[in-house]
Amino acid sequence: MSRPVYLAGEVAGCGRHPAAWRLPGADPAGLFGAGHWIGLAGLAETAGLDLLVIDDSFAPPPEGHPELVRGRLDAVAVAARVAPLTTTVGLVPVATTTHTEPFHLSKAIATLDFVSLGRAGWQPEVSRTEAEAALFGRKPAAPAGELWREAADAVEVVVRLWDSWEDDAVIRDVATGRYVDRDKLHYVDFAGEFFSVKGPSITPRSPQAHPPVVLRADEPEALPLVGRWADVARVRAADLPAAEAARRRVRDAVAAAGRDPDVVAVLLDVPTLLAPTAAEAAATLERLDSWTPDPDPGGVRSVGTPDALADLVAEVVAGGAADGVTVQPLTLPDGLRAVADGVVPLLVERGLRPAITPAGTLRDRFGLPRPANHFAPPTGATR
Amino acid sequence: MTAKKQVHLAAHFPGVNNTTVWSDPAAGSQTDFASFVHFARTAERGTFDFLFLAEGLRLREHRGRIHDLDVVGRPDTFTVLNALAAVTTHLGLGGTINTTFNEPYEIARQFASLDHLSGGRSAWNLVTSSDAFTGENFRRGGFLRPEQRYDRAGEILRVAKALWDSWAPDAVRADARAGVFVADDSIRRVDHDGEQFSVHGRFGTPRCPQGHPVLLQSGDSDAGREFGAATADAIFSRHGSLAAGQEFYADLKGRMSRYGRHRDELKILPAATFVVGDTAADAEERGEHVRRQQVDGPTAIAFLEQVWGRDLTAYDPDGPLPDVDPDPSNVSITRGRVRHEKDPGALARQWRELAEARNLTIRELIVETTARQSFIGTPAGVAEQIDEYVQADASDGFILVPHLTPGGLDEFVDRVVPELRDRGCYRTEYTGRTLRDHLLPAHRAERAPIG
Repeated sequence: MSRPVYLAGEVAGCGRHPAAWRLPGADPAGLFGAGHWIGLAGLAETAGLDLLVIDDSFAPPPEGHPELVRGRLDAVAVAARVAPLTTTVGLVPVATTTHTEPFHLSKAIATLDFVSLGRAGWQPEVSRTEAEAALFGRKPAAPAGELWREAADAVEVVVRLWDSWEDDAVIRDVATGRYVDRDKLHYVDFAGEFFSVKGPSITPRSPQAHPPVVLRADEPEALPLVGRWADVARVRAADLPAAEAARRRVRDAVAAAGRDPDVVAVLLDVPTLLAPTAAEAAATLERLDSWTPDPDPGGVRSVGTPDALADLVAEVVAGGAADGVTVQPLTLPDGLRAVADGVVPLLVERGLRPAITPAGTLRDRFGLPRPANHFAPPTGATR
Repeated sequence: MTAKKQVHLAAHFPGVNNTTVWSDPAAGSQTDFASFVHFARTAERGTFDFLFLAEGLRLREHRGRIHDLDVVGRPDTFTVLNALAAVTTHLGLGGTINTTFNEPYEIARQFASLDHLSGGRSAWNLVTSSDAFTGENFRRGGFLRPEQRYDRAGEILRVAKALWDSWAPDAVRADARAGVFVADDSIRRVDHDGEQFSVHGRFGTPRCPQGHPVLLQSGDSDAGREFGAATADAIFSRHGSLAAGQEFYADLKGRMSRYGRHRDELKILPAATFVVGDTAADAEERGEHVRRQQVDGPTAIAFLEQVWGRDLTAYDPDGPLPDVDPDPSNVSITRGRVRHEKDPGALARQWRELAEARNLTIRELIVETTARQSFIGTPAGVAEQIDEYVQADASDGFILVPHLTPGGLDEFVDRVVPELRDRGCYRTEYTGRTLRDHLLPAHRAERAPIG
């Protein structure tokens, strides 16, 4: 295998298609129980996915449209709930920065890293709407530029808080009666445009130290944040040349922030609907669209056979359009099962995915070394 | 013959204070998930009502520096509780979540999520703090006048309940044939404008299995007691002696009728430490050993400094009390810790009298006044004491606070729980699925009105 093809998944509700819950096998009544999510995480493990994004948003259920799925569970909670029952897949909840305290986000993701033994990641998102702002009543909705600037501050604070404990801060020195070496605990003393945070975190440094930060790079306003903090970038694109351009923008932003573009994997979104034949896949999509039309049908997607999706993945990577893909099943759980049973064996056959899912942390999967601590003196320095 | 009053037990994961003995060779990690798994599974084996995680949102400081003598640091409460739902089946999962540094919409959503993902096992200990010290970690800043604490707690709870109640229990129809996932009239909009919060819109999470998480409360002021009598399902109290427990119990339960509540709708669960031994003498000896582990020399000095308000590091912990008087102007020498001493000056005088009368060193005094375990004895002896407290209406049970992570409950569950069961005052198996089933068996139905 020349280079790894990254394979991620993203799940929400009964799948990406708004009518997916009406298909046989969808189990919409179970959507708010643990079993639904345990099943999806298990399929992600069977598929050997590098990571599973669990989508989330504070967006309140809009009025009208009884035919649409309503209701969500907190994605960090879902990730934590499935973490002890999985062993290989990276768990990447979406958690928003606009209305949530960075201090809470920092300890929640660090703790997800503890309970998953080093498989946590985080996809920061922003809350754009007045409807979300009204649920908190603290500030009005803001334009994208401001939201992403605030998100960049939030990510910086979160990462600084992750570093606010050095790895060896807990010393348990019975002779002096000291549990911690307080010289290895650090105030982050962050003061920015939107908030200030003192620190240190209440949570020690986690197994990965910095759970990978996964960021969407579709909006120009998000690119400075992507350049500075993304470990994995996600893009959607109309076609493969557009994907390649998007990847270039990500790499430029990373380089502009003074980092090596090769360390940031760019994953292309691929909405998928798989069936044994292309005709069956098309018929299922037609049936779904007849109930509720897919509001976002454009762009790179794969409605067809597992072979066709495997071809697409190979083409994406060979042509430099992306470093891997994020499959977004239009229907769940069968869409994820089709990836596990149908697509991944083909990718393994072609040498694009490992036959045996490697053990290790999510950072290991993406070839990311353990990060140095912002606050710690360089190795070898004396205190 | 009426059935014997039943004992309720809960387990407090060893926390960031000197009750937790980190220096013992058997002491394990305070953050590794394996410690929480061990602790939770032990509690579940003992058919406890729930496990409890405390939380403080800023590391404690003493004399201007991070306090380094006790356990420092812990993981995030919600995340640990959700993960523990995966490795337990019946045990309630409770935690402190601060009402000053969280927003009601987010709290309501997080508890509803935990309750869904645990099949109805969530519990919320409402704590409201007013300190600007902790507020430095949050964008709100967090300063709240002390007298507003229960106003804020009451308001956050009203908003959270409105959100939890805003989905009809049968809102999720998931009727594929008819194409109706949620009947649109089954989600009620919430519009709240109050002193503390403004929340407008529809809640994003369906009604959870328990309707509301079980509500715990621990305030001991008059306002705190009133709040508990009005709203709590259980009170996490700190009244040690039988007489003090009975007085608190009668007071709290006496306040409930004002709110149209029955006495059985609220459980009083004092915190309790314990030591078990093969004989009474063995237990006493082990208790003394643990107390000396809990209060080493530097810890004894730090305790004294909290009351004296002065730097006392020059004093020998194995010597007599300082000859200097306390500095009453410096009561906030320790920050980020709940203070129980209302009048440090009076406490200092009391300590000095005790030390002189019994010729105690600083360390002996602190061991004597702060660390004595609630229950010390053989397994049968400890079970008898617990049963007596409960039958005498000094409590409805206890929240046990072991001194060791993660094995601090093992001996209790292996040796004391069978004795309690033999006495007929403690369940032999879970008979319900939700925490509300365990804690309030006579009141399984959530009383909150729908619609």
